[in-house]
Amino acid sequence: MSSKPLLEMRFPIQGNDFMQAGEAASKIKRALQQIGMESGLVRRVSIISYEAEMNIVIHAYHGELILTIWPGKIQIVATDVGPGIADVDLAMQVGYSTAPESVRQMGFGAGMGLPNIQKCADEMQVETKVGEGTRILVKINLR
Amino acid sequence: MRDIARLLGAEVLGGHLRLDMEIGQALGSDIMSRVLSSPCGDNAVLLTGLTNLQVVRTAEIVDVKAIIFVKGRCPRKEAIRLAQELDLPVLLTNLSLAETCALLREAGLQIQEGSR
Repeated sequence: MSSKPLLEMRFPIQGNDFMQAGEAASKIKRALQQIGMESGLVRRVSIISYEAEMNIVIHAYHGELILTIWPGKIQIVATDVGPGIADVDLAMQVGYSTAPESVRQMGFGAGMGLPNIQKCADEMQVETKVGEGTRILVKINLR
Repeated sequence: MRDIARLLGAEVLGGHLRLDMEIGQALGSDIMSRVLSSPCGDNAVLLTGLTNLQVVRTAEIVDVKAIIFVKGRCPRKEAIRLAQELDLPVLLTNLSLAETCALLREAGLQIQEGSR
């Protein structure tokens, strides 16, 4: 991987701020469209960014979403300070969620966030510590 | 889109000037992650009984061309405002999600219906 990224965008994300939720993903999407990225790729990156952003808003106190484009690769990192994930394997299963009913009423918390991210990614790593927070690293290969 | 509005007896809450577009697909769900995971062409509308801002954000992310709020559930002010900013037409029908899907299917649209 080259030491110099072609593009880097960083967004602070506030937990429980449902009015701002999705703005980072929206800005990422527009930036990728502006640089002329192919629409299928824009869609994958946008969905990953949006689900990762919503995860921070729903579950964490605060966090950061970082998009980096390298030659041949797109990387999305979502880090948060929050409760962490007690059982990552369970959280990766479609339908498993710890989100409260209020979040489900908004159309999220269906236990599809991490599975949706994985579906759009070429590579995904979840590092988490209960009581401290979570870091999700996603890579998409550019052909 | 204008024909769809007429068919559903829908009120147009925004985007009156953008109703001349062709629509071929409808994604219907109250679960936004399901919408995000559904295959979506470039001429789709989103149908939902939810009313919040995240509906419009989801619509933006998956690139649907319009949003139809069902069950007479009027979207929140901030949702309508964001849809205006994004130039997304917004319709409101009193029909249920299932009724809306059935009518649009009959009219020849391809329907992706999530649970609820």
